[in-house]
Amino acid sequence: MNFDRIKEKLTILADAAKYDVSCSSSGSKRQNTTKGLGDSSGMGICHSYTEDGRCISLLKILLTNHCIFDCAYCVTRKSNDIKRAAFKVQEVVDLTINFYRRNYIEGLFLSSGIFKSPDATMERLVEVAKKLRLEENFNGYIHLKSIPGASDELMHEAGLYADRLSVNIEIPTKEGLKLLAPDKERKDFLQPMKKVKNEIIKYKAEKKLIKSTPKFAPAGQSTQMIVGATQETDAQIMYTAAYFYKKYQMKRVYYSGYIPISYDPRLPSIETEVPMLRENRLYQTDWLMRFYGFSIEELLNKEHPNLDSDIDPKLSWALRNLHLFPVDVNKAEKEMLARIPGLGMKSVYKILGARKYRNLNWEHLKKIGVALNRARYFMVCNSSDYEKRDLSAASIKSLILQNSASKFRNTYSNQLNLFDKADALIK
Amino acid sequence: MIFKYDGSFEGFLTAVFSVYEFKCENVTIIKETQHVESLFEETEVVITSEEKANRVWKKIQQKTGSKGSRQIYWAFLSELSGVENTLFQYIQHAINSTKNITTDYSNQAVLEVSQIVKKVGREKHRMDAFVRFRKTKDNIYFATIEPDFNVLPLNAKHFKNRYADQHWCIYDLKRNYGIYYDLDSVEIIQLELPNSILNTSTDFFTAEEMQFQQLWKNYFDSTNIKSRKNTKLHQQHVPKRYWKYLSEKYL
Repeated sequence: MNFDRIKEKLTILADAAKYDVSCSSSGSKRQNTTKGLGDSSGMGICHSYTEDGRCISLLKILLTNHCIFDCAYCVTRKSNDIKRAAFKVQEVVDLTINFYRRNYIEGLFLSSGIFKSPDATMERLVEVAKKLRLEENFNGYIHLKSIPGASDELMHEAGLYADRLSVNIEIPTKEGLKLLAPDKERKDFLQPMKKVKNEIIKYKAEKKLIKSTPKFAPAGQSTQMIVGATQETDAQIMYTAAYFYKKYQMKRVYYSGYIPISYDPRLPSIETEVPMLRENRLYQTDWLMRFYGFSIEELLNKEHPNLDSDIDPKLSWALRNLHLFPVDVNKAEKEMLARIPGLGMKSVYKILGARKYRNLNWEHLKKIGVALNRARYFMVCNSSDYEKRDLSAASIKSLILQNSASKFRNTYSNQLNLFDKADALIK
Repeated sequence: MIFKYDGSFEGFLTAVFSVYEFKCENVTIIKETQHVESLFEETEVVITSEEKANRVWKKIQQKTGSKGSRQIYWAFLSELSGVENTLFQYIQHAINSTKNITTDYSNQAVLEVSQIVKKVGREKHRMDAFVRFRKTKDNIYFATIEPDFNVLPLNAKHFKNRYADQHWCIYDLKRNYGIYYDLDSVEIIQLELPNSILNTSTDFFTAEEMQFQQLWKNYFDSTNIKSRKNTKLHQQHVPKRYWKYLSEKYL
């Protein structure tokens, strides 16, 4: 191995791949049955964390950052004046195996700029995965990017070797895509997604009948949207996400706050801050949809097209629906417990377990780990001490905010100050 | 009354047996090494017995199922001072109750045990993540660790499944023992290691080894997004005490 050459390529091609936020390495069930290398049957593992606090579980690189497209939001766009590099197939294989054997990573996440044609690019990605599986007997995790416009045959082959496939739709609205990536069309993204979805369903059905049916992308598909590059609302983003979860059975949708990388006038200016708080609220909404039984219409709708920045989306929903509260934690169904602000699913399960033995009071709940600061306005328990005042939504909100310290406080209090100043100017 | 035992899990279970045998109340179970002689309290030295330990273990399994017995073992591995007494209360509560008590979180001992198990589980998971193998000249992938709790026995299975085709060894420097896999089974070993073992000297390690560490460090730096810098979050996930074993942090 020529270490100097590899190091240079790695620097360029890891740097170019880092805007893809997916890091998941779980859900694959690929066991090491043949005394080979690797096992991805358990939960995912984060082997390290970058200095921005994101998890590192996969070797996340581009095969090449040469690209024939010129999408405004992308660092590897054709017109951008940057250093270009390309890995050879064998180099990626060697790097993956050597990192994996040292327990640095859970596997490989391979994406690429599009050189020559979508099919030529996809073919090369598949070749890497195929070599790892067949020549190296590798059972670690492989995530391949589905290249928009790649043929059905190649996508089929990709699914046989990869654990997960993903296409990033990047821009949540059609109009935004037209503005920022005029050479791309939405249907090019959807085509490989659809093919993979149908194959997954087909293979699963066959597996039920014939046990030896090979795995097809066992960890499913994911996609990513950039947040804040165009003028979309939170509702537009989350309705698009809900659509992909439902229609394409996505395992995950990722939200990536736009990081200014260009002076292009179509995009936010280069000094713009990464919208981390907004990103956080979108993930909270995503979780409420997937694990807490909320429908997207309850959280975002015509009256509320954007999420609140100062409170989390569950609290915000509860304040709009005070008629459903307070909930008796010793009697309520799981679904309703999950809707109490301040109660995570872990606490819900603890309460369900613990209340079998005796009725719970505030002391019990506090010890179990319930965030009573928020929860106490929305529940009663085995105690005569509960919120008896008939508080309005606005006063509950202000009581909660007075007693909490959010890590984002500076962010939104700055925003509030701005509004105050704007108000003052109007007056 | 104080029961001194040898520090092993069997020893602890034997101590539980003895408490029931003597029908004692107000007991303290403590490791020999931690015990300070007291003039006022009676002390019983427990002699570890596999048979007695097994009887207690069976009873525990029958009363708490696989979840409860697993929790007891994991909490024991925490080596926290006084954990034996919390575990004893837990076992007593389990034996006295007609129901399975593993989710009785409004009971103090059950809640405490579940919290300790959570910590031990987190440490076990951290070792799955933070072990960094370095390849030695005789083709063994070798790692050194110093976990907060004695979690190495819990890690063996994970590494055996994952690295079935390579020789590897993970060594706990704090407790001076390691686990070694010889392509067939995992064994417990003790080694005399030089103090310089943390340096990747070419006396022990392959010449390539340092190059791969450099590549990894290089990857670690390149995948970082500077405009999202968040040191607090970073250190929360990768606490400083582990840095000396992580090449991406010490290089």
